[in-house]
Amino acid sequence: MQVAITVNGVVHERDVDPRTLLVHFLREDLDMTGTKIGCDTSQCGACTVHLNGKVLKSCTLLAVQADGAEVTTIEGLAENGEHHPMQTAFWENHGLQCGYCTPGMIMASAAFARDNPGASESDIRHYLEGNICRCTGYHNIVKAVKQVADAAAGS
Amino acid sequence: MSTRIFGSGIKRREDPRLITGEARYTDDIKLPGVLHMAVVRSPYAHANIVSIDSSAAEAMDGVVAVYTSEDIGDGLAGLPTAWLIPDSDLKTPEHPALAKGKARYVGDGVAIVLADDRYRAQDAADAVVVDYEELPAVIDPEEAAGEGAPLIHDDVEGNIAFRWVMGDREASDAVFDAADVVVSERILQQRLLPTAMETRAAMAQYNPATQELTLWCTSQNPHIHRFIISAVTGLNENKVRVIAPEVGGGFGSKIPCYPDEALVSWASMKLGVPVKWTETRSENYLITIHGRDHVQHVEMAAANDGTLLGVRATVYAGMGGYLSTAAPGIPTILHGLLYVGPYTMDSVFCESIGVMTNGTPTDAYRGAGRPEATFLLERMVDNVAREIGMDPVEVRRKNLIPAFEDGYEVATTLIYDSGDYPAAFEKALDMAGYGDFRAQQNSAAAEGRYLGIGVTTYTEMCGLGPSQVAGAVGFQGGLWESATVRVTPTGKVQALIGASPHGQGSETTLAQIISEELGFPVDDIEVIHGDTTETPMGWGTYGSRTTPVTGAALAQASRKLKEKARVLAGHLMEANVDDIEYADGSFSVKGSPDQAQSIQDVALMAHLAWNMPEGMDPGFEESQFYDPPNFVYPFGTHIAVVEVDAETGEIELQRYIAVDDCGPQINPEIVAGQIHGGVVQGVAQALCEGAIYSDDGQLLTGSMMDYCMPKADMFPNFELGETVTPSPHHPVGVKGVGETGTIASTPTVYNAVLDALAPLGVKQIDMPLTAAKVWSAIQDANGQEKPKRLGDLLNE
Ligand code: FES
Ligand code: FES
Repeated sequence: MQVAITVNGVVHERDVDPRTLLVHFLREDLDMTGTKIGCDTSQCGACTVHLNGKVLKSCTLLAVQADGAEVTTIEGLAENGEHHPMQTAFWENHGLQCGYCTPGMIMASAAFARDNPGASESDIRHYLEGNICRCTGYHNIVKAVKQVADAAAGS
Repeated sequence: MSTRIFGSGIKRREDPRLITGEARYTDDIKLPGVLHMAVVRSPYAHANIVSIDSSAAEAMDGVVAVYTSEDIGDGLAGLPTAWLIPDSDLKTPEHPALAKGKARYVGDGVAIVLADDRYRAQDAADAVVVDYEELPAVIDPEEAAGEGAPLIHDDVEGNIAFRWVMGDREASDAVFDAADVVVSERILQQRLLPTAMETRAAMAQYNPATQELTLWCTSQNPHIHRFIISAVTGLNENKVRVIAPEVGGGFGSKIPCYPDEALVSWASMKLGVPVKWTETRSENYLITIHGRDHVQHVEMAAANDGTLLGVRATVYAGMGGYLSTAAPGIPTILHGLLYVGPYTMDSVFCESIGVMTNGTPTDAYRGAGRPEATFLLERMVDNVAREIGMDPVEVRRKNLIPAFEDGYEVATTLIYDSGDYPAAFEKALDMAGYGDFRAQQNSAAAEGRYLGIGVTTYTEMCGLGPSQVAGAVGFQGGLWESATVRVTPTGKVQALIGASPHGQGSETTLAQIISEELGFPVDDIEVIHGDTTETPMGWGTYGSRTTPVTGAALAQASRKLKEKARVLAGHLMEANVDDIEYADGSFSVKGSPDQAQSIQDVALMAHLAWNMPEGMDPGFEESQFYDPPNFVYPFGTHIAVVEVDAETGEIELQRYIAVDDCGPQINPEIVAGQIHGGVVQGVAQALCEGAIYSDDGQLLTGSMMDYCMPKADMFPNFELGETVTPSPHHPVGVKGVGETGTIASTPTVYNAVLDALAPLGVKQIDMPLTAAKVWSAIQDANGQEKPKRLGDLLNE
């Protein structure tokens, strides 16, 4: 089937097998491998992207369902060569180790902090339930998200 | 004077590629013309393979070939077990890359399919028809070692792969018979699923013209993979290149060489095209090693005054269907030798029985044997305290080994390098406010609330380790590391290491060591790893050994370079070498500070070699092999405070305090991260994680939907503290810290929960402490008939 999906501002037209998951479309058809796969049951959040501005686990959607949509992936989060504040916060706070959960964590957290300025630590911990990290114990991830959520509240 | 880079929590140089999605993990690497491999796996835990019909699969679109073990023939040797414990009557049953005639666990490979796309490969794998004759299966290691258990390998009698004994049974009997108090418990160290967030993957490319094989794979030790792949394929080792690109966590599960890596290699050699395989998470849970799986019968002897006299255990350690690469070493050398812990206790005895079962093979999982030892010790110390009516903190205080700086030999024959256990202990108790806690606990109890506190003191053996010891205990490799510090003419540094970090931040930490030693700015230093052709030999990243062992190699290579630089600087400044002083990356002549040569100047002059001192070779590069003279022994005290809801059995972890001593901290932020991550993994073992099998050997926790991974909302912010006791034998004094979190935290939280439940009469619950189990234990202890829960009513 023919699809046209805008990814990070660029329209990609492709002929896809109808059963192709959006995450495989990104990784295999477009070779945009920043978006990761950590499970096959929609638990881990490694595949998180933004679809029309909303957070989405890209393993839960078929590419054909995203036809006509705008997708932002980790590769498109920085603007004008500047890291997104959530990327900076993860770096500054040691919010990552092996980095495998990180693209999904950052995509989920960036949307959360944007929509929930001033969120409390416990709000953040509850929100992050959909993103699993095996390395960091979450402590520094929570710190990073809090830093951005606080900054969003202050501005 | 600039701020010291050693000891500074600088940002990690790994991160820019990781936070932008630019890093390339194995599955991210694409080769033109690649075929995808899918594996047909046994759905039975134990079954004879009667016949395999691949005709339908072969006819499917995009399918290139289907192969079984018959097709492979002797094209691949069996996978070796590489830790051959001496004096243990060890059996190493054959482990073929694809099952021959019989499958021994759910997930055992039966056939492979090669197709042009991963969806099509999987479809075709589903279309391979295998006729199985199901056999009775056994999962519990104690049961598998018992009478009448199904025999898993014909050549492993009674399913007993080894029987390892440490200590003298009669001497132990004498201590236990004479003791005032003996406590005992059957401890279940449940199976855990390591769950690195990146599943395993492998891609092989064989070049028939040069007969060279390149294997990209998720490895913690590419040089060990090279060695084993060379052995199983028959290719010369210098024709095999193993690349571990970005690796998304390992926790031990990416140490072993699995059938899948051998199979992609063989298939690429057979077909002459690249072949790739990427594990799904469900597949990962079935076939990537599991951790722990001990049934332990433990006893501890003590005097009425709280003096600990001895500990002993019989351990049934489940090995799964085959003996994985390092499996026999985990419940033996890495376990029994830790039985003294931080205590002045001189009677230890362990009998560890490695048992074949129909579970997934087990092997090293973060801590590997040491968490299982620390748990049993700390559990028994609390039991002793309860038995004699003494505060568990007092029992520990009474028995801790006093501070020592250079060597303390314990009953297991280990020589601990250095320690000040009481200092870390008192610091943690202060941070926790232990003195006030019991009063809080009592007043909470008056309100019907159940608070509990758990305190663990530990030491552990890591920084593996002296190669001579490795050889003596049957490890089929060395445990040294090597490294090269290479400086370019313009004064930029490439450090090549044989170890293979995969999330630990070692590129940053190791650059800090070099910067400290040689004075190059840390940002001018690159650490290169993970490619057997580009890097010098190394044994890998596990056992909390990269900072201690590779770090030492780099420090010594840097010191050699610094000495060369000093001599060359003296020559260039026409001064006596003895008059050359070094500070902050610059050499100057004593008494005339205006005359100076920076390290960069010296590096350039060494490369130009226009004016070298007599006998000095050109270039500015040094290599170092480093074999540690002893292990390193980090230690500390962890404390947890929990509240248990007696109505529901739910546990809230309210505080977690960790005081760890890993010697001088090179990058305190990275150290903290290691502790945070390890603590969460260990707490999750106590509270929620555990692989569950059905009686017929099906893994019921076979996906992330069913296996309880720890989530952010289960934890408070951690409260960390440290003490600093350098290792006397290490060039920069550091000890490892990668595993202390999982080693200390499981008993800490477990004991806290049992402390909370003590007034309710609950004495023991098998891990994990899920709400349902805690609730049931409370009901059982009350001797009450259990009120019916909704689930029971629905089932009636
Ligand atoms: S890969 Fe999408 S949630 Fe795990
Ligand atoms: S950083 Fe490794 S899984 Fe999160």
